[in-house]
Amino acid sequence: MPDVQALVNDFVLKLKRRKIEGSHASAQHTAELLRSVISHQRMPYTNQAGALIDAVKAVGEQLIAANPVELAVGNIVRRVLHIIREEDLSSTATAIEGLGLSAGSDDDDEGQHEDRPALSAAALAAAARSTLRAPSLQTLLEDIPDSAAAPQPPSSGGDSEGKSKSADKNIRSRKLKHDVIEAINELIQDIDTCHEQISEQAVEHIHQNEVILTLGRSRTVKEFLCAAKEKNRSFRVFVAEGAPRYQGHVLAKELVSKGIQTTVITDSAVFAMISRVNMVIVGAHAIMANGGVIAPVGINMVALAAQRHAVPFVVVAGSHKLCPLYPHNPEVLLNDLKCPSDLLDFGEFSDCMDFGSHGGSPLLHVVNPAFDYVPPKLVSLFITDTGGHNPSYMYRLIADYYSADDLVVKRRSTS
Amino acid sequence: MDVRRGQRTVIDPKVRQVGFVPAGATRPPARSHSVPTDACSSSPPAPELPLSGSSLSPVMIPPPRHSSADGLPSLSRSAASPVPIPASPLRRDTVQIPIGSYNPSESVLGSSPMISPSSRLDAVSEFSDEVPTSAWLGRSGSGKFASSFPSSSGEMMTMKITGGGSGGGGNTPKSSLTTASVVKALPGVSEKDRGALIEVQNEGISKPQKQKTSKAERRAIQEAQRAAKAAAKEAGDQFVLCEAVKPSASSGGALPASKQGKVVKPSSQKKDGPQVTAPVVPSEKKVGDRIPDKDRKKDVPHPRMQFDDKHRVEKAKRRAVVNQSEARNRVELFRHLPQYIHGTQLPDLESKFFQLDPMHPSVYKVGLQYLSGVISGGNARCIAMLLAFQEAIKDYSTPPEKALVRDLTAKISSYVSFLIECRPLSISMGNAIKFLKNRIAKLPHTLSESEAKSSLQSDIDRFINEKIVIADKVIVGHAVTKIRDGDILLTYGSSSVVEMILLYAHELGKQFRVVLVDSRPKLEGQALLHRLVAKGLNCTYTHINAISYVMQEVTRVFLGASSVLSNGTVYSRVGTACVAMVANAFQIPVLICCEAYKFHERVQLDSICSNELGDPDVISKVAGRNDLNHLESWADNENLQLLNLIYDATPSDYVSMIITDYGMIPPTSVPVIVREYRREHLWI
Repeated sequence: MPDVQALVNDFVLKLKRRKIEGSHASAQHTAELLRSVISHQRMPYTNQAGALIDAVKAVGEQLIAANPVELAVGNIVRRVLHIIREEDLSSTATAIEGLGLSAGSDDDDEGQHEDRPALSAAALAAAARSTLRAPSLQTLLEDIPDSAAAPQPPSSGGDSEGKSKSADKNIRSRKLKHDVIEAINELIQDIDTCHEQISEQAVEHIHQNEVILTLGRSRTVKEFLCAAKEKNRSFRVFVAEGAPRYQGHVLAKELVSKGIQTTVITDSAVFAMISRVNMVIVGAHAIMANGGVIAPVGINMVALAAQRHAVPFVVVAGSHKLCPLYPHNPEVLLNDLKCPSDLLDFGEFSDCMDFGSHGGSPLLHVVNPAFDYVPPKLVSLFITDTGGHNPSYMYRLIADYYSADDLVVKRRSTS
Repeated sequence: MDVRRGQRTVIDPKVRQVGFVPAGATRPPARSHSVPTDACSSSPPAPELPLSGSSLSPVMIPPPRHSSADGLPSLSRSAASPVPIPASPLRRDTVQIPIGSYNPSESVLGSSPMISPSSRLDAVSEFSDEVPTSAWLGRSGSGKFASSFPSSSGEMMTMKITGGGSGGGGNTPKSSLTTASVVKALPGVSEKDRGALIEVQNEGISKPQKQKTSKAERRAIQEAQRAAKAAAKEAGDQFVLCEAVKPSASSGGALPASKQGKVVKPSSQKKDGPQVTAPVVPSEKKVGDRIPDKDRKKDVPHPRMQFDDKHRVEKAKRRAVVNQSEARNRVELFRHLPQYIHGTQLPDLESKFFQLDPMHPSVYKVGLQYLSGVISGGNARCIAMLLAFQEAIKDYSTPPEKALVRDLTAKISSYVSFLIECRPLSISMGNAIKFLKNRIAKLPHTLSESEAKSSLQSDIDRFINEKIVIADKVIVGHAVTKIRDGDILLTYGSSSVVEMILLYAHELGKQFRVVLVDSRPKLEGQALLHRLVAKGLNCTYTHINAISYVMQEVTRVFLGASSVLSNGTVYSRVGTACVAMVANAFQIPVLICCEAYKFHERVQLDSICSNELGDPDVISKVAGRNDLNHLESWADNENLQLLNLIYDATPSDYVSMIITDYGMIPPTSVPVIVREYRREHLWI
């Protein structure tokens, strides 16, 4: 699979050079890349899922290392891993079920004997899946062997199944791969359509004559606002320009072209204007497991101002931005310092930036961070493609999308 | 009584501490000490003060208090020092009055018309800090004085009768009698002169206010007065007349232009008209209660022009020199503020330079500089304006058949309105103008024109020197004590005072780092950054969006202010509120550095009701970023508005401390400074 390796290297390079901007684009690219990785992966006879997982982890590790700040990449890698595990589980379940049925047809006595474990295995698989899905009160009540299911690694199921039925493993191996690729396709589609699903909810949140403030540009926000406009809500939008990228100008242009009353303000005027604003709607770079938000720089200031004036602070984000990690010192560790030339012309201050002038250290530093961290207490609501959620619910949502084994994407050296 | 007085003076200095001052504060001693004395000696206030308002001058804040408050030879003291020396009898009068007036029924006293405002001021504010005496301070005081004071001797008689007649109100007559005697004791100035002077002054000061009361209203009042006169004549009841005296004063205050003879009657009308049924004695009480309210109402800064009021805008336009054309897409929320197209008037005005007869060239120049933005920043603008006025005064000559006081005031007013057309006044400039007009109005009539002009010029010099230059030095001295080695100081935009503080701290050899936060569209911080780096300060530069990122390491935030309002709100360059808010969220002290002449009695809760809008087009263009032209062709779209706010209001709870020339105060103490300060600068 040299061509795949080339693809991976190319993508890694792009990530390293920050050529791919925005979590949406990187999520999509990652998913597509992983899809091709999986489709080119040669499937062994045994432990196919394990092989796939290893392959994906190997690539994922590289991708994450290439740009650790772009959390969407890691999210997608984890999502794909989760998909593989799930597909494997379900195929195991069906296989065991099929096995049990066939065994039953072979010999009734043995069937009776084997039926129980077979059925319980299916139940286990279902239970395992449901544990991945949601350990709700219902599942807790329904499935007593839940605890038994948890320690059973999904790959072992594949293992035993592979051993027991070698006849149609070829078909099934192809089936697993096929299922996984199908699921990844679905994921890609989800990423693509998350805007629509989010913007469907717009009318529920934007009322007539609302005054909305946003900072910078987010495609999700744009679609969200446009969707409300299409439903004939008339409202007014203040767009803070979002220095130093000034993406607010782009957003303003797009909104104006849709006929939305738009006022462009400087970032410094946010506090002045927020008292007349009904709602703040911003996009996010990533949502952390604690409900904190990594967002374009300046949003923390907006969130603080919104809190001061009790203005709802709403974050719209697709589920691919949900990151299963808990942040530690995210302002620094999950940040990107960009080129100072955005803020100062090099020519103007070239004399001040001379390293030799002041005992080896320059007199002038220019700080140009890319992201802000908004703590969960400042966020009123998350609107994702699965609906609105409180910041405190984020960990739960994350459990739907990721399996706990994948939180650290690292290949086991022994396997 | 004398004993009581003695006690007071002992206690006062402690009670009247304004702000707190570090005990061993290291401040630039040579500068702050030497200059004020210079200023005091160079300017000739001593001879003219007793003349201008003999008993008025002692109004100056008592020296011991201020020196104790500041720990410095305070400015006020330098101004006041000449006062106690000259007239000992006057001094005694002022001593007497407080005794009479120092008692709980402050409001009734406050309404008693006969007390000369100066002595009243002194008395009231000296002894009862907590009693809201604002009604008496400032314009209203003088206005009321004007109408009530120049009463005929007959009225004096009635006053005395009142004293005897209404035994209940013992306090009031007493004080009024004392003041009456004070008035009589005034040497030199003839009664008539005084009346004229005061009237003029009154007009000069309260003109902008008075415009507020509509013509119809005034007419109605006059009519009522006439009716009252007739009624009073018919009644012919001496007692009622006497009773009427007091209310008369109050109504006179509202109607400063009314003739002296009338003073007695309108009041009686007042009683007859609105509250005919009310019995005599209670009515008096009521009046006494009501008067302070009225005065206070007058004291409230008059509302600014609202640009959504079409009628008034039209009116203003007809007078305007500068042809401002309205911006295309006005922001709905800011209809009440002028929204003009910027940059179009300059060539037009430049071409008019030689045609504009009434405008003095120096004023014109400053106006153009405002318009083009060459001069910006509160202090710079204020100084430029005052210097231009100084030039204008130098070249001024009174036209025949006109009084210097009136004509010059009118002239200055026209200059000011021109400057307003160029750019809305900052609050600090408003204060400076108020000061200047006051000085003009209080010019003694005995002065010749050249003397008057030179005295005004020296007044302006003194204002610039004391209120801005030295005040800055004092602030620097205070603020430097708050900088420690290893500090990381954050400042926003470009404040001249903060720059001085940083440079002085650097001079002292303190080791600290500066974080300079800047914002579009003006990017004033870059110029400051240049200057600081050139001086060898260690700087970090960033935009306001990154404030949360840089705030983590910061230990103190120093901010300048355009004005500090009396509810503690800091009115400053837009973005200051954001910086203060984030600092507050990170629990980092926010120190506002602001000269006391920028304080204002106005209050404001948000940044919308009053603000200034800059050129909206600079929003769509980013300097040095030609790729960002998304909004270029969209500016004409009616759905797109560009908003360039200039100022914002920082709530007082984000402010840890305000450093002024009076010391370091919490934002809650701003009204105290405003009151103290206003009094001082009115009577400087």
